[in-house]
Amino acid sequence: MEISDGYPAAMRQSIARVEATRSARLGRTFPAMSLDERKALLLSHHPDYKAGAKRPLLFGSGQGMALNHELADLFEARPLVRASLDLSKIDHDVDLLVIGGGGAGTVAAIWAVKAGLDPRKILVTTKLRHGDSNSTMAQGGIQAADRPEDSPAQHFLDVMGGGHFTNQPELVRALVQDAPLIIQWHEHLGMMYDKDASGHFIEHPGGGTSRNRMHSARDYTGLEMMRVLRDEARNLGIPVIEFSPVIELLCDDEGRVSGAVLINLETRHYHIVRAKATIITTGGLGRLHMQQYPTTNHYGATADGLVLAYRVGARLIDLDAVQYHPTGAAFPAQMAGLLITEKVRGLGAQPLNCDGEQFVFPLEPRDVEASAFIRECAERGKGIKTPQDMCGVWLDAPMVDLIHGPGTIREALPAMFRMYARFGIDMTRDPILVFPTLHYQNGGIATDEHGATSVPGLYAAGEVMGGVHGKNRLMGNSLLDFNVFGRRAGMAAATYAREHPAGKLSLAHVAAYEAMLHDAGIKTTRTAPRILPDYRGKEALDRYLDIPL
Amino acid sequence: MSEQAPLITMQLMGKNYRVPAGLTLMAAIEYAGYKLVRGAGCRGGFCGSCPTLYRREGNHRIFTALACQTLVEDGMCLVQMPFVPLITRPYDLYTITPQANTLLQHFPEIAGCVACNTCTRSCPQGLPVMDYIQASLRGDIERAALLSFDCISCGICSSRCPADIKHYAVGLLARRLYGKYITPNAPDLAERVAAIETGDVTAELDTLMALSATELRSRYEQRTFEVVAEQEDPYSATRSYNSAMDPVDYQDELEVSG
Repeated sequence: MEISDGYPAAMRQSIARVEATRSARLGRTFPAMSLDERKALLLSHHPDYKAGAKRPLLFGSGQGMALNHELADLFEARPLVRASLDLSKIDHDVDLLVIGGGGAGTVAAIWAVKAGLDPRKILVTTKLRHGDSNSTMAQGGIQAADRPEDSPAQHFLDVMGGGHFTNQPELVRALVQDAPLIIQWHEHLGMMYDKDASGHFIEHPGGGTSRNRMHSARDYTGLEMMRVLRDEARNLGIPVIEFSPVIELLCDDEGRVSGAVLINLETRHYHIVRAKATIITTGGLGRLHMQQYPTTNHYGATADGLVLAYRVGARLIDLDAVQYHPTGAAFPAQMAGLLITEKVRGLGAQPLNCDGEQFVFPLEPRDVEASAFIRECAERGKGIKTPQDMCGVWLDAPMVDLIHGPGTIREALPAMFRMYARFGIDMTRDPILVFPTLHYQNGGIATDEHGATSVPGLYAAGEVMGGVHGKNRLMGNSLLDFNVFGRRAGMAAATYAREHPAGKLSLAHVAAYEAMLHDAGIKTTRTAPRILPDYRGKEALDRYLDIPL
Repeated sequence: MSEQAPLITMQLMGKNYRVPAGLTLMAAIEYAGYKLVRGAGCRGGFCGSCPTLYRREGNHRIFTALACQTLVEDGMCLVQMPFVPLITRPYDLYTITPQANTLLQHFPEIAGCVACNTCTRSCPQGLPVMDYIQASLRGDIERAALLSFDCISCGICSSRCPADIKHYAVGLLARRLYGKYITPNAPDLAERVAAIETGDVTAELDTLMALSATELRSRYEQRTFEVVAEQEDPYSATRSYNSAMDPVDYQDELEVSG
């Protein structure tokens, strides 16, 4: 196959058409859709509405909720431990257990200390390393209405409309009202946001926003945030156990959550944690690969927290809605599914079909934009085929430098530029091929505005929590979400821990869950949580022998 | 019809495996039958958990890379690195005064830099690591912060350093000092935070919360959109904070290409 500057000849022909229309497209943008047009497009082309992809939950607090089969499988699975597990030896006796060492968990732990807990009486436990999370991978930015032209009320409207008015208003209110406080906290922590010479933030638009309120740190916004937060947590002396995911929550005899069972992934021995309060911050579910989509998510994003919470009876919300980010990389194959930040469109790059024509407003809410890409490829046949038989649409990256001046891509999008350069493509000269990729769990565990779930002693924050984004999250609201609700949950859990002594540990809920599975007629050998996906080669697995060593 | 990739041979932890060409190192390791627990994280070049050491056939050098961002080559001999242990003295950023010797005080080992440039050569992000260590040594916090900004803390530099420097920890402190003390605070932000704390935004949010579903939709549809103002050279490396470009090198590059 002949490759020139990263692209095969067939794709080069389409690139020539993109280049031919470029100058005429500058300053001319495809019109945005009305609310009715959005709805019609979602119903016809969004994966959430695809026939046969979902089934209703058969038991538990979410009975009847229609979920993708990949997620329903996790709820209809057997626990990894039996109710008879020996709980007599407590390995860690703490005030607060934080399950998950990404953004939300780290923020929660820091604010629990600020709320008066002794850091030595906090335990953060995480599946991979502290900070290995979707938070680290967030590129584009964080929303906060802090300019005179903007207001928290305007932010509120954008969030509600972006979620198609399915959001929980009191959560949205907390989100938009705390946003400027969070940015100021970050400023005090020494986060390096992009600023102009007088200290004003450089703020961009995002999909579905009516004001420019996206604060970013080049296109490493999440990385910068996570490494500063992790550094702060370390300096406060908060203990973190890595490579030790939680496989079951523990309750006391009154059904309040009182800790958890961890498993050391290397030695496979379990630890018992007794905690006065517990916060779940396990993130999302991208690695379940709903409907076989590739994902932007990190290796550990397997929805563990949802399973844990469901077993103790916590209420779930909006889990029928999964976010497919419009711009996942579709070429080269090694990058398939990786995130191309929305900031590329925020800086002016237009999505185009194989003829170099615009077909959608570049900054619709994510579900709408993604559906338009799918329609262009599937129904209209105007996508661009790759040698691996993937299909995608162009994102005309070189427009960014044309609009904002040479050097902008390398300054504002160094991660994107670097990643494409590693695989032989120069995005300052050529468009890049994109297609929707599984990105975010819109719904999750239902909480109040302080992160409290429907089960006493259990809190949730970050991607695992649901309600604030309704059926569709806007760009820049997830970094915000984990800060706002991580902070609120950390403070609320600290208060709860001071007022409620830990009780006698029990796994009675595990026996009850097994009984519910049985009563619903579910016979399966599947187990959950899943912990890690399996990408081993078929040839290797065909000859795999599970022998004792 | 998709093309079948030819198989190549790579040596992983001393054993040969046949894997399809065109895979990333991480995908090749998994193809060979390994289930990764350590050595995989974000799988997208952001978290730094997959540093890999390798040699190439017919080349005496040791190469370093991120397994998720590098393609497998025929004859490659590789091993995944465990993390580099990090112990640093705790600090309270709120009580530090940034001075010329602040970084040196916290990380005295930077004085041992022998300027061998191995850190820079081994950085999978292509950062001028030695330059930011030298800047730290000189007390130039700003330069250390800007040059180290794209660091993903994979630790490869530290594993190769003859002076045992914790480069990524030095860069992190430099950036936090720069962000907190050297960059001016955003003027609008302080005003908005004050307004929120005095309850000035409450009434407007109360009004929106009280609207009926129909009224809220209509308010949404009537939103006005901010016009993107034409900014004069918004990304000037010499005029804005957190520019990815080294101002000096960048000017040279513009002049050459212009």
